[in-house]
Amino acid sequence: MIASLVADGSSGLPRIPIGDWINSIFTWLTDNLSGLFNVISDIVGGLVNGLINVLEAPNPIVLAVIFALIGLAVRGWQFAVGALIGLLLVISMEQWEFAMQTLALVVVATVVAIVIAIPLGILAARSNRASSTLKPLMDLMQTMPAFVWLVPVVTLFGIGVVPGVVATIIFALPPGVRFTELGIRGVDAEIVEASHAFGATPRQTLFGVQLPLAMPTIMAGVNQVIMLALSMAVIAGLVGAEGLGGQVTSAISTLDLGLGFEAGLSVVILAIFLDRVTSSVGQGHSGGLFRLGALRRKGAGAVDEELLDTDEEGAASPPPTDLPTSVRA
Amino acid sequence: MKAIDANGTYKVFGKRPDKAVERLRAGATREELRKEGTTAAVIDASFEVEEGEIFVVMGLSGSGKSTLIRMVNGLWEPTAGELQVYGEDIVKMDQQQLRRTRREKVSMVFQHFALLPHRTVGENAAYGLQIQGIGKDEQQKRAKEALRLVGLKGWEDSLPGQLSGGMRQRVGLARALAAGTNIMLMDEAFSALDPLIKREMQDQLVDLQSKLGKTILFITHDLNEAMRLGDRIAMMRDGRIVQIGTSEDILNNPANDFVAQFVQDVDRSRVLTASSVMAPPVALVGAEQGPLAVHKLMRENQTSRLFVVNRDRTLAGAVDEERVVAAAKEGAKTLEGILDTTVVSVPANARLSDLLWLSANSPKALAVVDDDNTVVGVIARVTLLQALAQVRAEHASALEEVVSA
Repeated sequence: MIASLVADGSSGLPRIPIGDWINSIFTWLTDNLSGLFNVISDIVGGLVNGLINVLEAPNPIVLAVIFALIGLAVRGWQFAVGALIGLLLVISMEQWEFAMQTLALVVVATVVAIVIAIPLGILAARSNRASSTLKPLMDLMQTMPAFVWLVPVVTLFGIGVVPGVVATIIFALPPGVRFTELGIRGVDAEIVEASHAFGATPRQTLFGVQLPLAMPTIMAGVNQVIMLALSMAVIAGLVGAEGLGGQVTSAISTLDLGLGFEAGLSVVILAIFLDRVTSSVGQGHSGGLFRLGALRRKGAGAVDEELLDTDEEGAASPPPTDLPTSVRA
Repeated sequence: MKAIDANGTYKVFGKRPDKAVERLRAGATREELRKEGTTAAVIDASFEVEEGEIFVVMGLSGSGKSTLIRMVNGLWEPTAGELQVYGEDIVKMDQQQLRRTRREKVSMVFQHFALLPHRTVGENAAYGLQIQGIGKDEQQKRAKEALRLVGLKGWEDSLPGQLSGGMRQRVGLARALAAGTNIMLMDEAFSALDPLIKREMQDQLVDLQSKLGKTILFITHDLNEAMRLGDRIAMMRDGRIVQIGTSEDILNNPANDFVAQFVQDVDRSRVLTASSVMAPPVALVGAEQGPLAVHKLMRENQTSRLFVVNRDRTLAGAVDEERVVAAAKEGAKTLEGILDTTVVSVPANARLSDLLWLSANSPKALAVVDDDNTVVGVIARVTLLQALAQVRAEHASALEEVVSA
């Protein structure tokens, strides 16, 4: 009996044609909503190309120095020096132009992902029903093999940078939603209660208490969004998005080991720079400089351990996360 | 009008709360409901809080006191019963009316302070005003004044993280004061503080209350705190209020074994006042009376010492038998010359702990006087000892039952 099942390749269950359904959904979408997709395509393409123009306008070395200065402002001189060396290496490997194309794609995709993710995260934090609806959706978006997103996206938007951006948004969105929900749900319940007790409206509680207190966690989510966006931006090279992903793709197709390694190294340098900069912005949100200033004015008399603790720990340990953090380039 | 008036208020968590209330009214116990998965947090609570009173709700964890206090400002909606704040029933309010009540009438102080760590002390104190949409200048002015009242003048620009626990709770107190509400709910407000700071905060609260006349509903699990602060105390157990009364009522006439067992460890000397243990003065002698009349009075009352009062019944002094007899033999017509004016008098509301020292230094009975210096009672050493030794028979037997059970 078992042998016969195996022999004719059937398990006895009816074949559920999920693939056919997906196909017909997408056929319907392209037939009926192509106008909408063209508008989206124009907007996204315009944004990315505009940003590429801005990033490619100045001399690469000047821009590398500007990036290093940003690193100096948010982290310190060691990081700034390291960043400058790395970025100059990218220039000397002649990958700068592609790196800027990838950066533009990542920035646009990240901004759109965050604009969508944070409101969804807020919704999920406030309603258990929304949370349990969004959770499997997020799992689907995040764990579906990244390449799979490229197919429907190409069906809808054709080839080029736009499908790359859209696929990147889909893939990078979930941690933004999850961290926002986690951050808001993690805000001290007593403080939220205090806000209610003084007669705050839900809106006042959200903007005055929950979002500011959840900000470090939300910023950790933003950092994750950026990292995932970068990893997907490289894969997006397969559908014709320009940049380091395109370089990697052509290195694969021509078995050009040297080019592949140079492009890959550039991705790593870009990833480290973006990760360190965004994670420092997240931790320093409550104004470390301001707190120290207030401390000096008051004298050390009333300083207690908590202030010192938060500053120490904030720098040492990243927020807890059970989400994938690696850059998959 | 009462500041807070609860009448048969219930709060049940879980499935079908209305049905659970019906069953509780019909006599079901909290445990029976718990087996079915519903939690009766507050059962048939009725109490009134007068304007300007410190009303303490005292109970152990799980007794329902935190739920009770949260119904007063509508953070929890009562399942059944009435709960009025200045005559308006919280139960019938919609969200907007509730918010208005919280802004204008009822503010709250929290156990773990619940300050916003990213805002300065001044901004925290102004939080209620900011919510009310009051102008920045007015916010600052009122927050500053509230911080001055709680002794944090000059700390406006610090962040809560830079303050000690006691100071943070003062910010919490200032935030509630600045909101300008008549009623303040205090949820275990001093429980997270160490004992010395706690004591200091209690004194400050009593002081502020007498200055500002706020109505305070104070929740605590610490009986000593309840007795120190409360004009009246509601004792809660398993969701029910088992007794409401002044601290002396509760000490002297515990409603049941639970309360009796609870109060047995209380330092009675710090709770009981002179007026609760004093004996009525057996006889008072008018200052104009003569030694012979006084001696007769002493023999009638079998006492060797009597207090002497003026015409308006204010304390003039005391006379002792020996000197009265001697004066009578000499044929004196008045008590002049034999009057002992060194009598120690104490106010009626003095704590027994304060009398111990006085009594130890003076073997003679203490006179208890009211605000007008009128003699209202007398406390002999033995009276004081009896009061402290808790020799009340019914009390002792109640305790024995508890122990043997």
